[in-house]
Amino acid sequence: MPKQLLKGNEAIAEAAIRAGVDAYFGYPITPQTELLEYMAKRMPELGRAFVQAESEVAAINMVYGAACAGKRAMTSSSSPGVSLMQEGLSYIAGSEVPVVLVDVMRGGPGLGNIAPSQADYFQMVKSAGHGDFKPIVLAPATVQEAIDLTGLAFDLAEKYRTIVTLLLDGTLGQMMEPAELPPMRPMPAEMPAWALTGAAGRKKNSILSFRMEAEDLEAHNLHLQQKLAVIADEEVRTYEYMLDDAELIVVGFGTAGRVSQTAVKQARQKGIKVGLLRPITLSPFPDRRLSQLADEARGFLVVEMNAGQMVEDVRLSVGGQAPVKFYGRMGGVVPMPDEILASIARLDQATTKAPPTYKIEGPLVPLTKAHEVTR
Amino acid sequence: MQHDVIFCGFGGQGTLFAGQLLAYAAMDAGLHVTWIPSYGPEMRGGTAHCTVIVSDEEIGSPLVRAPSYVLAFNNPSVEKYELLLAPNGVLIHNSSLTSHAITRAEIRVVPIPASDVAAEIGNAKLMNMVMMGALLQCSQMLPFEAIERALEAHMSTRRPELLALNKRALQRGVELAQAQSAGLGVEASA
Repeated sequence: MPKQLLKGNEAIAEAAIRAGVDAYFGYPITPQTELLEYMAKRMPELGRAFVQAESEVAAINMVYGAACAGKRAMTSSSSPGVSLMQEGLSYIAGSEVPVVLVDVMRGGPGLGNIAPSQADYFQMVKSAGHGDFKPIVLAPATVQEAIDLTGLAFDLAEKYRTIVTLLLDGTLGQMMEPAELPPMRPMPAEMPAWALTGAAGRKKNSILSFRMEAEDLEAHNLHLQQKLAVIADEEVRTYEYMLDDAELIVVGFGTAGRVSQTAVKQARQKGIKVGLLRPITLSPFPDRRLSQLADEARGFLVVEMNAGQMVEDVRLSVGGQAPVKFYGRMGGVVPMPDEILASIARLDQATTKAPPTYKIEGPLVPLTKAHEVTR
Repeated sequence: MQHDVIFCGFGGQGTLFAGQLLAYAAMDAGLHVTWIPSYGPEMRGGTAHCTVIVSDEEIGSPLVRAPSYVLAFNNPSVEKYELLLAPNGVLIHNSSLTSHAITRAEIRVVPIPASDVAAEIGNAKLMNMVMMGALLQCSQMLPFEAIERALEAHMSTRRPELLALNKRALQRGVELAQAQSAGLGVEASA
């Protein structure tokens, strides 16, 4: 297929359709509404299910029901809407049915605003509801990657019978880039064996998210944890840029990652040996790769559009082998490359005794302690 | 090669479409491009802007602090983006509607009476295409034909008669910018 100029939200919707989504349930919220809008038009054309639910709580429970019936089901929302979905997500995780969720994050807490943010890393990566579980979390940075990861999300959800979240921010949801869509996948001929499809002529299936006996629930918890261990071994994905001889390593995901890439390129032009690691999977986290890089690296800089969330996982991975600094913007502000470049230069100068051979102008924004934290 | 352009004006002036047209033309020319709109709790008559980056390499940041080109369709846009423009950047403004006194001396200022010219051609809404023509002439980032082809391929087919008018508007924008640079040349040699 030739490249098309596609908006992130619409590209994800079409990619989900081509991956064979049977049913979409959602409730409008900026900055992801174009995704729902696109589905409202396209799904009925294809004879598939689209429901604009009365709330996010209803939408996620419709997704739960459709997934139990063996259908490929998805929803999408943005930060406050995802908070409302947490109960349903936890039930889905307990029931082990495959579901795809797209979270186009906006500024918070509370109603916050509709500007791009990454403030829901903790919410999605550490858990997406009560109880011991973690979804697989994929973080695209370009429209093409959003398309590719949407297809992957359905594959992983079915392979591991888990929730897979596409976690992005309003920037990627709203922006247009040339990208190529995959061909339409054939719909599966058979239902999964565990699905609730009517028990006539076969043994009865049941899908539950409760186990009354403590020992039974613990056995189920252990099973979920073992599954996460396999996912951690098999499914880590990263995007790496100029890491081969890098002494300093910038870590950022999604939009913060791609803005950092520009800063890394500019720093290289000044002779600073710096590279970028952009986690594509936030859960499972690329902890082993970071630990390996920490053997050689002089220092790390984590860039996020929040007060410092993923930085905690980077610190755990680096394990004190090198200093880990943080630069972040909040409230819907997207960092500019010059801010990150200045932060790279400060990390460079703080971790070497040699006088700098370059000059950095700026940063052009006044820094506060909240922007750059050294713990 | 990287060109970054901010298109800015009132909602309804065709700001976002002008940016998209550049993005389509760049894509069709095999270049990397990003288009990102301002979005927010906007209201009728409020401001609209978009950032377009065109590059022959992979694009990292889709936003720029200091763009190399600003296409300002109205007064508030001139006021805001004059100060943000990169050193030696180019400010093309719709002088039919702008009166803001420009203070920076080192930038290149290209006033184009785009709303008046569009009205002469027959439709005031063609203003954005006059401005686009001026951008093409000033930046030389894409051949004129690339934008013409993008117009043909991506403009709504409901009003085919508008295509010729749009092309005429683009052409007039090119001519007006050409006349300006000829003027600058005389000034420079004086």
